[in-house]
This record gives sequence, structure tokens and C-alpha cells, in this order.
Amino acid sequence: MVELGRNYLRLIGARARGQLEYRTSVALQIVASALLTLLDFVMILVLFENVAQLDGWRVEEVALLYGIAAIAFALTDLVVGHLDLFPQMIRDGTFDQILVRPLPSLLQVVASDFSLRRIGKILQGIAVLIVALVAVDVDWTLGRAAMIPLAVVSGALIYTGVWIALATVAFWIVDAIEVVNAFTYGGNFLSAYPITIFGRWLRNLVLFVIPIAFVSYFPALYVLDRPDELGLPDALRYASPLVAVLVAVAARLVWENAVRHYRSAGG
Amino acid sequence: MRLDWELARRGYRRYAAYPGATAAGLFTNVFFGFLIAYILLAVYDQRAEVGGYDVRDALAYVWLAQGLLSIVASFGPSWTELALRVRSGDIATDLYRPVDLQRALFAQDVGRAAYQALWRAVPQFLLGALLFDVTIPADAVRWLAFGLSVCIAITVSFGVRFLVNLTAFWLLDYRGPALLALTVAHLLSGLIVPLSFFPEPFGDIARALPFAAMLQAPIDIYVGAPLGGSIAGVLALQLAWAGALRLAGRLVLAAGTRMLVVQGG
Amino acid sequence: MAEPAILVEAVEKRFSVRVKRGRLRRERKEVAAVDGIDFEIERGTIVGYLGPNGAGKSTTVKMLTGILVPSGGRIRVAGLDPSRQRIDLARRIGVVFGQRSQLWWDLPLRDSFDLLRHIYRVPAARHAASLDRFTELLALGPFLDTPVRQLSLGQRMRGELTAALLHDPEIVFLDEPTIGLDVVAKAAVREFLAEVNRERGVTVLLTTHDLADIERLCSRLLIIDHGRLIWDGGLDELKREHGRERTLVVDLEEPAPPHEVEGARTVKVEGPRQWLSFRRDETSAAELIAAVAAQARLLDVAIEETEIEEIVRRIYAAGAR
Repeated sequence: MVELGRNYLRLIGARARGQLEYRTSVALQIVASALLTLLDFVMILVLFENVAQLDGWRVEEVALLYGIAAIAFALTDLVVGHLDLFPQMIRDGTFDQILVRPLPSLLQVVASDFSLRRIGKILQGIAVLIVALVAVDVDWTLGRAAMIPLAVVSGALIYTGVWIALATVAFWIVDAIEVVNAFTYGGNFLSAYPITIFGRWLRNLVLFVIPIAFVSYFPALYVLDRPDELGLPDALRYASPLVAVLVAVAARLVWENAVRHYRSAGG
Repeated sequence: MRLDWELARRGYRRYAAYPGATAAGLFTNVFFGFLIAYILLAVYDQRAEVGGYDVRDALAYVWLAQGLLSIVASFGPSWTELALRVRSGDIATDLYRPVDLQRALFAQDVGRAAYQALWRAVPQFLLGALLFDVTIPADAVRWLAFGLSVCIAITVSFGVRFLVNLTAFWLLDYRGPALLALTVAHLLSGLIVPLSFFPEPFGDIARALPFAAMLQAPIDIYVGAPLGGSIAGVLALQLAWAGALRLAGRLVLAAGTRMLVVQGG
Repeated sequence: MAEPAILVEAVEKRFSVRVKRGRLRRERKEVAAVDGIDFEIERGTIVGYLGPNGAGKSTTVKMLTGILVPSGGRIRVAGLDPSRQRIDLARRIGVVFGQRSQLWWDLPLRDSFDLLRHIYRVPAARHAASLDRFTELLALGPFLDTPVRQLSLGQRMRGELTAALLHDPEIVFLDEPTIGLDVVAKAAVREFLAEVNRERGVTVLLTTHDLADIERLCSRLLIIDHGRLIWDGGLDELKREHGRERTLVVDLEEPAPPHEVEGARTVKVEGPRQWLSFRRDETSAAELIAAVAAQARLLDVAIEETEIEEIVRRIYAAGAR
């Protein structure tokens, strides 16, 4: 494990070093991608110009949802965002190259790129989260304070698992990768809102199938001490770390299975 | 004219070659359409009308915006494609060809837009209109004006992207400027929320800028809430921007070409 | 006897492809890319693996390196089962896919090699010694600190070969290692492979379209077509068996109509020069020269063996029938 971690750091370090040759460009891209991502929050602010609350949630509470989800997603994007290009890796033989190296294929695919510009997205998420934490009316306890970083890490793991599992679609259908965007970028977009505003099918999807509701909604219920209007068990508001582990394990199995399929059918 | 037609067909075919990608893009558009529709419905839970839009207008806005998104190329390679050619120096071969570069690229972009309109925007809007109660204009004039407005929107969008690409003549990085331009375009085109939802005077200012002419203008005409109440006024403003951007594109391309000749690339 | 480097027994690879039947209907159809092949490769040899495009060459290499799982048969590479022990095997083999780089685009060659050292867990001293040796053999010195994206194709290929060999693999698989290179670079690559094979006893399986690679390097040839092995043997044997046709080139004093000589046919006439094709088992060169000399005055004669390209072309053509 330690050796794998070290190899991962070495591989992404190599990618990052290559990019640091163009410092000014990278800096500009970090700022630009932070601003582009921040537009999702601007949308929230504009909506709250017109209403005082959204399904009972005030703007600073929605900002808390946004902040947690945004940092989690930005971390994920930093680590696996280049899975957008995974179909290309299969098509041009890069993935075959990966299979003849003595490291797990998933590790190599994940370590195959590392875009520094994506750091911008983390920064805007942190900024919004800080503002939200200052503004929300919370009776802070140790548990509530600890839930914030825990939710971010769990959320990142959930997004990463979902992204990896869905990216394996490329082993079967090469040019349909954009479907994945609906659940990754789309999942991140909807995590900024209380899931109660969405239609029933969509709620069930993010609760039971692609458990994005555990990124920010349930942790926020706990931190804000809000009742769950869906009437789901209270235990769910503490469940994010467990869900994250389950998603990670499931993603790993899906990946292994997909690679096995590729190796027996593909080429 | 014949050449324009051929170029447009090439632009169309380039996208038609990937029907799987089209279907996937359509799926993603529809998914986002649902998300935004639900969010706006939560807003309209408390308000009957926001910025001149009632709830049916707002839902029409959602599905029109998702559809127009693909037509005016809010994402995608067209923000950096030409810039890459400038950076690599391949632009020199484009400039030596006996065709007008701006015109040739525009023709191809029209082909691309036509493909996206036919296979993404229209099916996606029909689906949205079927699942949600959206405004459907009754009079033919408004439909006609809407169609015209979309055509001008494509021209304006091309003009903006062309200029952004050309910054590569002077700037070392092409990705950062494209991302910044994309940010501004998303914010000011009415893509994230209708511009009339913005606090005044922000919304009115944004409506006067070229970005609104890419997306907000046709939607305003469709839902019958054009700026200043006049469809003709909106179309005139769009046309003015289209003309201005075309001229600006010519001047900037000429300046870039001059620099290329003087400095030898 | 030592275990062979590569053992292939009755190996098959079937793909299922969708075939259009009518407007909308599609049927699944099985296609055998590799259709039951057997061979063994001894340690320390260089073997050429040939075949027209789509014959099953790269599918075989992908099965031998563990990328693809065979649909049937048995494979052992370095004593391991590639499909089950892929990662263990990866440490003991080197692979170069000619069209695909294993180097890090933005980094100097030296940094790529260093990363690979960690990936393959090569001791630092051993790595340094090998790198020194390869630098000498391939003259890498001048561009070791240049980012890969700035290298010429020939320089890059030398980098690729080094990358594939730095961890002391027992077997290397080279897919078109000289494709697109200029004459000098091709020669450098061939000399290097011959040297590494002699010095380190590395087994080499080389797929190529360039028969000069084969003539220079390979003691043995495998030819595959339509998923079946159609030739397994030495190059000389191949020439003897399929190269029975020889050509006599005669330079006459003055242009003449095509000669008609018993046991040969004139295949080409170019001014005073004529080409006569004959079979070595039917006619001897001496007889033929005498026969021609009886008809016209000869200035010069030469005998051409059939080129290896020509032989292979004929074998492929025969296989296609």
C-alpha cells in the first residue's frame, strides 16, 4: 500500500512538474477555472435575490451544502477528472501500455494525469464553505465540527467511486462517455440543493443508486440539526463515511470486472 | 456560395460521425434540464412571477436554454480549435488558402449548429415540453422571430468564439483565456438563470451585451418578454452585435496576420 | 533442458463482433483472430513474427504479454501464465509498441527512466550501470535531458528501447520498433538489439513489416496469416524452400528480342539487359549461361536470389487463396 502510494505521488509529481514549466499559464487557468466553477454558486445567490428560502433552507444553509459538495467534487476532479479522456486511452492503445506494467491498472489510469489548473475549483469551494460556516446559525459541538472535514473526505470518495465505476462504460461503448457527465458534474450540481426539491425518481436515484445524497445533504442535516422531511432513519445523517467505503469497494469491483471483460473480449 | 454550402456540410458531417456521442450529450442535457427545472419549481413555489417570467415561461426557459447550449457551443472544442492552430503555426497554411478564413470557419460552424439543433436541441426541447407544462407561443410571428433570433445567435456566438481564439496570436496560453471567456459568456448569456432574475441594473446591462444575444435574446422572444417589449428591438440589437463582431473579427485577424508576417510566426 | 522462454499450445482468440443484417437487425458473430497456434521459443533467441495486417500478430503479442486472455489453449511466458499472473510477468518482460510511447511526454528522458526504476523496483546501482551501458550503446548522451516531446522519432525510439530494457527483462516484445525511422536510426536499433541479445541473453520477439530487420537479427521466423501459423523455421530454410526461383541477369552487347531458352523464361527486357527466371532444381546457372551465350554475345552476367520481400509476398498471396 505504502509503495503504491509512493508510486502514485511519483507519477502525478511527474505530470505536475511538466506543467510547472508554464507557471503563468497555470496560474491564469487556476483563476479561470475557479471562476467558471463559482458560477454555480452565483446561480444560488441570484435565486435567493428573489426568494428568502428554498424549500425551507436559507441561503447560508444552501451555501453550506454547496461548500461541502464543491470541495469534495473538486478533490475528485483533481484526482480522476481526466477520466473524461479514458475512451481515448482505450482507443489509442495507452491502456494496453498500462496493462504491461507491474502496477495495478486503476492506479496507473488515475495517475496518468494531474491538472494543476483544477486546484482553482478547490479554492472557490473552500472560500464558499468558510463564508457559509461563519454565516450559519449552528450550535457547534465537537461532532458537528468534525462532520465537516469528514463529509468532504467521504464526499470525495463517493464522487471518485461513482466516476470510476461509470467510466468503465467506455470499455463497452467508446463514444458515450458524456453520459458519465450527467452523474458526475450533474451529481455535483444537485448536491448544492436540498434533495427534497427534486422529483421522487431523482431523489431515489441519489439516495439508493448513485448515493450522492450522502455527500452533503445528510451531513448538513446533522450539522444544522434539521429534521429530515423525507422521514428517513436518523442514522443516515451519520452514514456518509460508511457509504463512502461501500462505494469505493463497489467501484473497485466494477473496475476489476470491466478490465476482465476488456481482456477477454476487447482489443 | 457553393463552397460555403460544402463547408457547412463538412461541419455537419463531422458531428454526424459520432451518433453515440450525440445521444450521450442529449442524455446529459436532459438530465441537467430536469435538475434546473426542479430548482426553479422550488422558487416558483413561493412566487407566481419572477422578472416577467411565470412558471411556464421559466420551464420553457430551462429546456430552451439546454437546447441552445449545444447550438451556440457553450462548451466544446470550438473555443480553442483555431487557437491551437495559431499556436502551432498551422494557421499559416490556412491563411494561404484562396478562401476567406473567417467566412470558411463560419460556414463550418453553421453546419455544426444545424446538426446540434436537429439532433440535440429539438428532440430535447420536445421531451421537456412533453414532461413539463411549458409556454408554447400561439402566434406564428413569434415563432418566426424566434427562429430568426436563433440564427443570429449562432452568428454572434461564432463571432465571440472567433475573437477568443484569435487572442492566441498575442497570448502564450490559449486555455486560460478560453476558460475566462466561457465564464463570462455563461454568466452574461442567461445560461445559469434568466437575466431578468438578476438584481437591477445588472440584468439590463447584461441584456445589452453581446453574450445575451447568444442565448437570452431568442428565449426572451419565445416567452414574450423581450427587453423593452419589442421583438424588433431585440432582433435589431442582435444584428448590430453580429455585424460588430464580424467586423472586429476581420480587424483582429488582419492584425494577427500582419504580426505573423512581420515576426515570421 | 531449460524451460522455454515462450510456450504456446493450441492458443485461440475468438472475438464476437456485431454484423449488420439488414437495416436494423444485427447479429453476433464469432471471429477467430488467432485460430489454434503452437510454438516454443528458446531462451536467448531473436525470433521474427510476421504476417499481413489483421493476421493475428498483435492479438498474439497481446495474449503473450497478458493484455488479452486467450479463449483457448495454454501460454507460458518466462514460466508464468500471462493472463493470470500479469503483474508478476510485467516485471520480467519489456514491451515496445512502436506507435505508442511509454515515456512521459513533458519530462526529460532521464526522469522517465527514473520513474520506471521505481515502478519496476530496480536497485539504484543496477539501474545506473544499465543506463550507462545503454547510453553508450545507443548514444543517448546528447538528449538524455531533453523533454521527450522535443525528441526526433529516432531519438524517441532509442528512448523507448532503453525504457523497455532497463529493468533487465528476460523477454522483450517489440512491435514494429523500426517503423518510420530513417536508415541510420534503423541500423542503430538493429545493432543495439543484436548487442543486447548477445550481452544479456535477452529473448526477443519482434513483429515487423521491415524484412531487413529480420535478415539482420532473426535466426527464426514465424509467419501468421488468418490466425494460423503458416511458417515456422529459419530464414535460410525459407529461402531454400520458397526461393527456388533465381534470376539470371545478362548484359548483351546490343539490344535483342527476349531470349527463348529451355528451362527459363525471360521476365524483363531493358535495352541490352535481360532478366531470365529459372528454378534451381530444374536448370543450373551454368547451363543457362551457356545457352544464352550460344545465341548472343555476353558482356556480363549476374545471378540474383529471390528477395525475401518477394518470398514473403508470395507466401501471403498463397495464404489468401
